[in-house]
Amino acid sequence: MTGRLIPREAGIHPPAFTPTYKTSVLRSPQRALISFDSSPSEETGPTFGHVKLGALDNDLLLNYARPGASAIGERIIVHGRLLDENGRPIPGALIEIWQANAGGRYRHKKDGYLAALDPDFGGCGRTITGEDGSYAFRTVKPGAYPWPNGPNEWRPAHIHFSIFGHSFGQRLISQMYFEGDPLIARCPIAQTIPDKAALDRLIAGLDMSETKPMDAIAYRFDIVLRGHRQTLFENRPEGM
Amino acid sequence: MAQRPEKLILTPSQTAGPYVHIGLAPEACGIEDAPVATLGREIAGPGAKGERITVTGRVVDGGDLPLRDCLIETWQADASGIYSGHAGADPEVGGFGRIAADFGTGEFSFETIKPGAVSLGADRAVPPHISFWIFARGINHGLHTRMYFPEDDLSGDPLLGRIEHRDRIATMVAEATGPGEYRFEIRLQGPGETVFFDI
Repeated sequence: MTGRLIPREAGIHPPAFTPTYKTSVLRSPQRALISFDSSPSEETGPTFGHVKLGALDNDLLLNYARPGASAIGERIIVHGRLLDENGRPIPGALIEIWQANAGGRYRHKKDGYLAALDPDFGGCGRTITGEDGSYAFRTVKPGAYPWPNGPNEWRPAHIHFSIFGHSFGQRLISQMYFEGDPLIARCPIAQTIPDKAALDRLIAGLDMSETKPMDAIAYRFDIVLRGHRQTLFENRPEGM
Repeated sequence: MAQRPEKLILTPSQTAGPYVHIGLAPEACGIEDAPVATLGREIAGPGAKGERITVTGRVVDGGDLPLRDCLIETWQADASGIYSGHAGADPEVGGFGRIAADFGTGEFSFETIKPGAVSLGADRAVPPHISFWIFARGINHGLHTRMYFPEDDLSGDPLLGRIEHRDRIATMVAEATGPGEYRFEIRLQGPGETVFFDI
């Protein structure tokens, strides 16, 4: 822990009430959020350095596949760096992802879409960032899928990301989209983000430099969490 | 032109969606032999110091229906008010919980120890509390609140002291339902709406 969290910049995160994304209508608070300076409860957070990662935890091509098999679909590498808004890398942090398969079907008992399950694809993975904040996953590019919001609504291809920094107040869940997908501009969920430049931060770019010839194509997705203020003069005990 | 500090644009939040369990609680959605083990199942180990408690509750929407697809994460200090990873912390208290609501009833339940008051130095302390972060389909940005305990005096809490509408503080206080048992209902919208923080 390194001091007070920088307040969240206004206009970057989506507001709670976004009626074109219909489920938000009854699930959004109507009262204003109460703002405070952060305290130890937000400036500390769980660490997962002790979690023993399996060798395939960040490899969704293989981590649910039968012996000798691998998931069906466009083989991709998703990689990037986890940084704070001051540009400092966040090492040792947990990133978890989940996604549909290449046909847009989730391995979840509540998903009844007629696209088939892939017997060799589970759809979840996790990793811990390196010293420079870097991370990487191997997976298949997820398919678009329909959802009951408007009469003909399709989610763009996306991968869900759950990110821990070093403090509970940095906690973030978001979605990564793919460069050039025409569904992004039509998606009520993507469009909950009011600022175009902020939404662009969720679109991973094709990264030929990390693409493995004859193996897998790569996308780069950097993630930026809230930073901490430098503590100059504060009446706080050591180590808090 | 004035100097302009270079700040990176924050990654914006998006909803966790209805299938959040795949990544964060795979056993809850019927994935047998999940590739990754679920985290946050044990908040305080069997040897943890302090009073063992059970917390149950629901997250309720503006139409008075419980969210049956939400996930809750909790973060708390040990019985002495020290957070995991800091000097003197009880090694048996990880402090982090991740709990899926029941798909049928929307009820959630977890076991832990009652945390101690958290010192802010200079004779100030925050009364015992558990931080909650709630996410689900329809929630665009995880909602942050706290659960306090009904037996504690909250009048000295420097954070709660700044809430102008005093009657709203009660929305963050759990109800005692038995020895070591508490119930905490979170209302997202409308009458009795729970206080949510931006901190």
